[in-house]
Amino acid sequence: MHDHEPDALERRVQELESLLVKRGYVDPAALDRLIETYEHEIGPHNGAQVVARAWTDPDYKARLLADGSAAIAELGFTGRQGEHMVVVENTAQVHNLVVCTLCSCYPWPVLGLPPVWYKAPPYRARAVIEPRIVLAEFGTDVGMDVELRVWDSTAEIRYLVLPERPAGTEHWDAAALAGLVTRDAMIGVARIAAP
Amino acid sequence: MNGAHDLGGMHGFGPVAPEADEPVFHTPWERRAFALTLAMGFTGQWNLDQSRHARETMAPAAYLATSYYEHWLFGLEALLAARGLLEGASSGLRRLDADNVAQALSTGGPTARETASTPAFAPGDNVRARTIHPTGHTRLPRYCRGRVGRVERLRGAHVFPDSHAATGDPEPCHLYSVRFAARELWGPSAPTSDTVMIDLWEPYLERA
Repeated sequence: MHDHEPDALERRVQELESLLVKRGYVDPAALDRLIETYEHEIGPHNGAQVVARAWTDPDYKARLLADGSAAIAELGFTGRQGEHMVVVENTAQVHNLVVCTLCSCYPWPVLGLPPVWYKAPPYRARAVIEPRIVLAEFGTDVGMDVELRVWDSTAEIRYLVLPERPAGTEHWDAAALAGLVTRDAMIGVARIAAP
Repeated sequence: MNGAHDLGGMHGFGPVAPEADEPVFHTPWERRAFALTLAMGFTGQWNLDQSRHARETMAPAAYLATSYYEHWLFGLEALLAARGLLEGASSGLRRLDADNVAQALSTGGPTARETASTPAFAPGDNVRARTIHPTGHTRLPRYCRGRVGRVERLRGAHVFPDSHAATGDPEPCHLYSVRFAARELWGPSAPTSDTVMIDLWEPYLERA
């Protein structure tokens, strides 16, 4: 398995990049820009703004649940791997959980690139067959009187969970609320704890 | 194809293992493999479904033993080889320049298409996911084949991955969010309250 050792992979990718640059197919500066974008600009702080706005603006929440793509675009988040957004709301009756069993589809414009666990076999295999056990591993208990609704992202629809607003935040503004919203809550594996 | 990528419902992988304060990339090669894949995708020599299919053709034992970006790297190398792009310079490829990155990402690649056809199913209809085993790319997970669900929402017509991967023909088909009771999929050990929503194209479905 020497091909999978880090040094071998570094060499393999460096050689491939050199060749593709030499052929004129890729611009190394464009590669840098792509990496910077997802390391520093696009991430779960985007989704947190969407959630906080929905918690504080009932008209926005209605638009968000009716047409996720358009309402999210109002905040400037559009494009690759978020072209067709659907937002699903967690309530006292329904807990939503998002997975992609076939690859690792994930709403990039609002959450950034997915964490390793989301892409790895344990989550992709188990989220559909034993979601309550997976949630328990994340410390999330969903009562048996609650419908656990798992969304398998098999098409180009990308799902964002609108978590329940925690108690004790009634007087918080959207900026403060956004600081409470976690990536895991927007995937549906966690709730947002009361501050 | 019934590849190792179709993981839904498998046992034996152990617990989900979240990493605290996880970085976006773990190594320099992951960064470059990610960016190379996006940049080469922009050249238009293959589409997204063809790049997914290329990753799925990895031998099952290798797929399960390697990381996500190793799948991407395998897929990229396979597509470059299949298109003959490694042997000699091909002219006329659309190149993604640094100045165009923001625009390209914010535009993305919408898959919704107009179609003249009428949807065969409506919300509330009972449908069965067909028992079929396409040998090419498909987005019909094995775990729902033969199972009956209910159409919850119409999602419009979208590029059909099976034909898009096979020939490049987008062949837009109506897409439905179908609700399956967890018990229908997994049997009596599943809670009666629980459901799985799966986005399925019309050719994957029959009336039930």
